[in-house]
Amino acid sequence: MSDLHRTPLYDLHVELGAKVVPFAGYEMPVQYPLGVMKEHQHTRSAAGLFDVSHMGQVILSGESWDHVARSFEALIPQDVLGLEQDRQRYGFFTNETGGIEDDLMFARRGDHLLVVVNAACKEADIARMRAAVEPEIQVTEITDRALIALQGPKAGAVIAGMDARADEMAFMDVADLTLDGIEVWASRSGYTGEDGFEISVLADEAELLARKLLAHEDVKAIGLGARDSLRLEAGLCLYGNDIDADTNPIEGALNWAIQKVRRAGGDRAGGFPGAAAIQAAFAVGIKRKRVGLRPEGRAPMRDGVEIFDAEVGGSRVGVVTSGSFGPTVGGPVAMGYVATDHAATGTSLWGEVRGKRMRLSVANLPFVTANFKR
Amino acid sequence: MKFTEEHEWLREEDGEMVVGITTHAAEQLGDVVFVELPDEGTTVSKDDEVVVIESVKAASDILAPVDGEITEVNSALTDNPSMVNDDPQGEAWFFKMKISDASQMDDFMDEAGYQKFIG
Repeated sequence: MSDLHRTPLYDLHVELGAKVVPFAGYEMPVQYPLGVMKEHQHTRSAAGLFDVSHMGQVILSGESWDHVARSFEALIPQDVLGLEQDRQRYGFFTNETGGIEDDLMFARRGDHLLVVVNAACKEADIARMRAAVEPEIQVTEITDRALIALQGPKAGAVIAGMDARADEMAFMDVADLTLDGIEVWASRSGYTGEDGFEISVLADEAELLARKLLAHEDVKAIGLGARDSLRLEAGLCLYGNDIDADTNPIEGALNWAIQKVRRAGGDRAGGFPGAAAIQAAFAVGIKRKRVGLRPEGRAPMRDGVEIFDAEVGGSRVGVVTSGSFGPTVGGPVAMGYVATDHAATGTSLWGEVRGKRMRLSVANLPFVTANFKR
Repeated sequence: MKFTEEHEWLREEDGEMVVGITTHAAEQLGDVVFVELPDEGTTVSKDDEVVVIESVKAASDILAPVDGEITEVNSALTDNPSMVNDDPQGEAWFFKMKISDASQMDDFMDEAGYQKFIG
């Protein structure tokens, strides 16, 4: 355990009775005494506080926004230059074969970019960015800040109660807020399908802020277990499970995240790693696709469950990449890849669990309607 | 009531053994969302995987504590898996079995021994 990092909220997690597990090199709370199911339901009905300080926060700065944005566009297939001031966008690093190296959020804050990447990938991501954009653009890993997410239908009122400017923020807006005297970088976003905020705060003020938030009757601490079931119901990808270096964004059903200006025929088409492969996938189509999957019985179908087109015999047509019980859905939910000719919503397939084939059907994502502030 | 190192309990009732998992085991598993029970009449050997329990996070197996025959299963668990969290050492028994060799129970712990075992 000695090689594991701790976030600035570690002591608070222990004090709250969290079960702490190793995750992406950190000792993280997987659940609190409330338990995964109730933590999940609390987030959907009130507000949940998540410690996501293990994620990487990186600033890209240079002589001008234009320069920073154009440099970052060499690494990702998103429209960075067109991002408006104080707005955030979802994106991903691609590789030469069009696979996804990591997914991320990037925000335009003044003349610089704030990029938030996955904990398990952050070293590689930072090395990739440095190699591509330095020395003209400075890549600065932010190591003195924690990251806290507050998610759920009550999150807006809780944050606006501390800084009324939060009320002006719509989904994917970013702003500097002062929460009870604590200055933070906030974005109205998250990983649960609910309204909420992701809040970057100085490490030495993180525990104080977390305690202030937890003092609110609607707010409870939520662990990684519920974070996973919440994002799965919301149809959001877990990097390493649902998308990886061997899946391209079209297969991953992330077409929407590649703006037209970067696609073939766009003003700034291509120019990112794997552009040819991704443009080809747009043009000629794909053989497999990420879809929602709804097992018909009660048994969860977890990642690795193979999918067949018949109850007996038949062909293997896919695999589950994330699966669990969905507390809000009230039954098992999953995501996975299936052959394109079996990817239509409603298609009946079979998942093999412990040697038995059980029926499941292709379902629309998300499983739970998103509840964002537009 | 006797306890195993696999965190099961056994309670004698009308010449048969009723088997379930301990409160400690249920707490460790977390919220149970699915239980798959064996067929009644199945002959099992000690350590055979007889029950599958899925919690929100993971799947676990319950092993047959001794050799014998499954005589009855608690099918209420199939429809209401959360019983395992609510009353693991009472209503949420998994199965009853007729045991073949009572001496296999000699090593099992009593309540005090089990509490010491889980520390």
